[in-house]
Amino acid sequence: MPDPIILLPRRSFFAAAGKTALSAGAVLLLAGCGSRQAALAADPAADVNILNSALGAEQEAVAAYQVGAESGLLTKPALDLAVQFQGHHKEHADVLAKTVRDLGGQPAEPLARYDFPTDQLKSEADVLRFAAGLEKGAVSAYLGAVPLFQERELARAAASILGDEAMHWAVLRQALGENPVPGAFVS
Amino acid sequence: MTLPVILLLSASLAAAVPAGDPQRGTAVYERCQACHALDRNRTGPKHCGLIGRPAGTVPEFRGYSDALKTSGIVWDRASLDRFLADPLGTVPGTRMGYAGVKDPQERADLIAFLAAAGPCKE
Repeated sequence: MPDPIILLPRRSFFAAAGKTALSAGAVLLLAGCGSRQAALAADPAADVNILNSALGAEQEAVAAYQVGAESGLLTKPALDLAVQFQGHHKEHADVLAKTVRDLGGQPAEPLARYDFPTDQLKSEADVLRFAAGLEKGAVSAYLGAVPLFQERELARAAASILGDEAMHWAVLRQALGENPVPGAFVS
Repeated sequence: MTLPVILLLSASLAAAVPAGDPQRGTAVYERCQACHALDRNRTGPKHCGLIGRPAGTVPEFRGYSDALKTSGIVWDRASLDRFLADPLGTVPGTRMGYAGVKDPQERADLIAFLAAAGPCKE
């Protein structure tokens, strides 16, 4: 299936739509679910607040996976997963930052220093468990954010990210030898 | 408002918050761990020493909203119960973009867990 990012008429869409429409459209574009209904954002300031909360968590996840990748504790298959998942979080962060900017807000900056519990990471399992905890937290955070968006299409895009992070969590649990999908619902 | 009425209201408020189980609260707290930890600041502030602390005052945390810093809230079981039920409704403008923990028992368990965490280690 062709990539919708390439096929969407970005220039004409941007030219025809206002700033708010562009921002919502950008998220949809990158989430692969573009729609001109994105032009209907109701309260950009409220959405910027929520997007920046998510952006901060994504930036931390990128940094955390970097720590894991550089720890020397991950064997090749797990290392590949960590790098792949980090790439997803980078993509999420890029989309969120762009959307905040397009909504007229200031994207949250990554922290100069993250205080990770590196003294507790002594094995591959420790690193995977640490990552799984972050992913589970991220799933909960997006679940708590989705109903708050004023712009419903932003909620849909956030739900798309939620799905990706739930997959990360399940794969990490599988790698740890745990039930990858421990329940019918997430919370 | 007379003292007996105030006491009565306080008692009814206390009664409205169910008893919490810190063990169950451990599982509820996993939902917070995209942004928070007990012993270190992350996207959100650390939670050790939370009970009795005025909102927005972890000294080394820089990410507070003005709304939370000026809220006048002191974190106790009742104020946490209100905030956790609806963060943005309780403190409009807070950076905690989270719909809240809607189940009263889950909130009580979470608050019990946070209270059991005790003060921060220096």
